[in-house]
Amino acid sequence: MNIDANADTNADGHRYRSAIHRSPRQPLLAIRSSLTESSGPLFGHAHVQPGDADLLLNHAAVGRTAIGERMIIGGRVLEQDGRALDGVLIELWQANAGGRYRHRSDDYLAELDPNFGGCGRCITDAHGNYAFRTVRPGPYPWPNGPNAWRPSHLHFSVFGRGFAQRLVTQAYFEGDPLIRQCAIVGTLGHEAAVKRLTARLDLPGSQPFDLLRYRFDIVLRGRDATPLLP
Amino acid sequence: MDDSDAKAHRLPPTPSQTAGPYLHIGCLPSHASTEPVTRADPGATMIDDTTPGERLTLTGRVFDGRGDALEDAMIEFWQADSRGRYRSACVSAVRPVDGFRGWARRGCRAGDGDWQLDTVRPGRVASPAGGWQAPHVALWIVARGINAGLFTRLYFEDDPANGDDPVLANVVPPSRRDTLLARRESPTRTTWRFDIHLQGDRETVFLDV
Repeated sequence: MNIDANADTNADGHRYRSAIHRSPRQPLLAIRSSLTESSGPLFGHAHVQPGDADLLLNHAAVGRTAIGERMIIGGRVLEQDGRALDGVLIELWQANAGGRYRHRSDDYLAELDPNFGGCGRCITDAHGNYAFRTVRPGPYPWPNGPNAWRPSHLHFSVFGRGFAQRLVTQAYFEGDPLIRQCAIVGTLGHEAAVKRLTARLDLPGSQPFDLLRYRFDIVLRGRDATPLLP
Repeated sequence: MDDSDAKAHRLPPTPSQTAGPYLHIGCLPSHASTEPVTRADPGATMIDDTTPGERLTLTGRVFDGRGDALEDAMIEFWQADSRGRYRSACVSAVRPVDGFRGWARRGCRAGDGDWQLDTVRPGRVASPAGGWQAPHVALWIVARGINAGLFTRLYFEDDPANGDDPVLANVVPPSRRDTLLARRESPTRTTWRFDIHLQGDRETVFLDV
């Protein structure tokens, strides 16, 4: 677990303001892993319905699809030793092509797309692969400074085998000039971590005349990782 | 951190980012929605009428460093059943015979930030060092402003097993132990309150798991 995750300042000195009053000040206390940490809920195919992984269609009227840059986001879920995690649940949520979220709290100027909801679920296959069809989310402004913008990003919630592997994160898109100025990206603290959250264009894996593919692999911490302290 | 992973020939783990204010879209659709939802939220129920054990209701709020209750947090709960068994890696986890799921998820109520969960008191689970852990519920909290999900545990203030629990008794400093204790709201009732304080004098103990 990265104790530096409490950091709230990016390279330009812009702080992630919401974190100021919400970050713990005390260090995390390391505990030895028990069954509580290494076991976790199991999600079978009863938890996902056909179409849950297709955001182009799962909120669209019959005969319509979401507006925007059609894409696939896909990759593998692995543990740190390289083993694939099959049968684990991934939840995805995102803004639409204009940067607007279908949420009662979002009042950004960009309009809602009636054919886009922004929510997806899927379960990894036998090789740990996952894939969602969606549109590339737009960037959007947020009240973290006089002119702050979130880069295009996809929100992921990932389950591993153990409850202690729970992960929520965001994937960014390679080449996006907004990544550098983002205070949330800035909480990562080092360039290598930003690279790990950057989805790469996979042109050979794209579907011609249909969808661009971006690749984003997810590595979960080992279930029996030794804590930093004795 | 990266050096040790490289030396052990391990892949570096994917870093965390905040869940943000719109997490409900993906995780708790009923809280996001301006329109009625037809599917139950994931993690809506921990138990049903057939689940054995001492039934109780957990409730609480998540407070920030200014003492304000969060309205946009999400909490996940993971616990053993009344016999101390986790429902994982077996068929009954997906379609449990006795309605016990082991896992649940809650958002915070608009206005006061309250969450509420009906469950059963978990049984004791083996400790890796030998012996038994006191009954506890594992919690994980994510929200706007929280960079990496926070793990903690809920114990029950009246449980005599707390004195031998490897985490509560051996890891948590005595002055901070009460931050992990759920309190009965009154002697005769079955509601237990567990408030989480993200920051400040009463900051909850968060765990490196």
